Amino acid sequence: MSKLNILTRGLLKENPALILVLGMCPTLGVSTSAINGLGMGLAATFVLIMSNVVVALVKNLIPDKVRIPAFIVIIASFVTIVELVLQAYIPALYEQLGLFIPLIVVNCIILGRAEAFASKNGVLDSALDGVGMGLGFTLALTVLGTIREILGSGAVFGINIYEGDGILVFVLAPGAFLALAYLIAIVNIINKKMVKK
Amino acid sequence: MAKTESTFLSMSLTLLVISLVASASLGFIYNVTKEPIEKSKAEKVKAAIKVVLPDFKETIVVKIPSDGDSLTCYIAVNGTDTIGYAIETYTDTGFSGHIDLMVGFLKDGKIYNTAVLKHAETPGLGDKMDVKKSDFALQFKDKDATTFKLKVKKDGGDVQAITAATISSRAFCDAVERADKALKNFIHK
Repeated sequence: MSKLNILTRGLLKENPALILVLGMCPTLGVSTSAINGLGMGLAATFVLIMSNVVVALVKNLIPDKVRIPAFIVIIASFVTIVELVLQAYIPALYEQLGLFIPLIVVNCIILGRAEAFASKNGVLDSALDGVGMGLGFTLALTVLGTIREILGSGAVFGINIYEGDGILVFVLAPGAFLALAYLIAIVNIINKKMVKK
Repeated sequence: MAKTESTFLSMSLTLLVISLVASASLGFIYNVTKEPIEKSKAEKVKAAIKVVLPDFKETIVVKIPSDGDSLTCYIAVNGTDTIGYAIETYTDTGFSGHIDLMVGFLKDGKIYNTAVLKHAETPGLGDKMDVKKSDFALQFKDKDATTFKLKVKKDGGDVQAITAATISSRAFCDAVERADKALKNFIHK
């Protein structure tokens, strides 16, 4: 597999949120606005890259039977670092994401990539995989957040684009499922067309 | 390099080393970020006090009792003059649970202003309690709880609730009322 392929497949072809359908809890939970989606995506991307690199580095030192607990400790450490750093230097974003940052630990994407990719591949490939998958996740969350923000509160990144209250259901949980379903359908259509070519 | 075998010794050693490295690095980061975190928290409280009270020089921090609990009260003074009281109050009845508010009272017990410190209300609905999002919180300005009933109109009070967010509005009133009661008890003592 070429390096470029590893980097770009996370965006559409194997998008973690829309095709692999991993990490649904943060996807549905924080995508109430575009900026929340972006912030969550970038935080998860950072953790994903770091954990992929570290897992790839130590993969031969870790005995198979204890690899999952070892991976979890590595991931949890990076999440805590992200949490502390955000709290210290970007408190506004920390307040928005709040509860969802600790939840990155149990985000299946991160453990999934550590187990399925980083534990079998080299450091560089794993880092690229982390970047690609992370950006794909960020993209999915930002698009979902943008759709929900436009429909639900009539704004994008907090800037009002039309007057009025919008369709309230889209800022609530059911709206997340609706918007996600349509987004997955659209991405599937795009992927099918690309395969035909 | 060959893959390490899964023996009891190698497994225990690996987990021990990984946990040690992880806790050491976390301890380091914790120490580095401790000060900025405390600073940003303190600054937020300070900024909120400035919003909810007219100009003052310094504050005296006291704990005032409230329903078996206690609230933090910042008494704003200018030399020997008391300007007002900023009370950090809360409610657990929000649509998404806990809400922290700062409510400023003048010496005569009138509400000067309010500020939301922390909330998790629904974006587009309950989050309109934030002054940046709607005028809801402005109706508390210059009101005295003895003449202005701190309940939403649905419950027989004088507060105009946020459209489609009565629960959040109720919670806001609950927090303001808690501060008002605590302060009146404190002053009368």
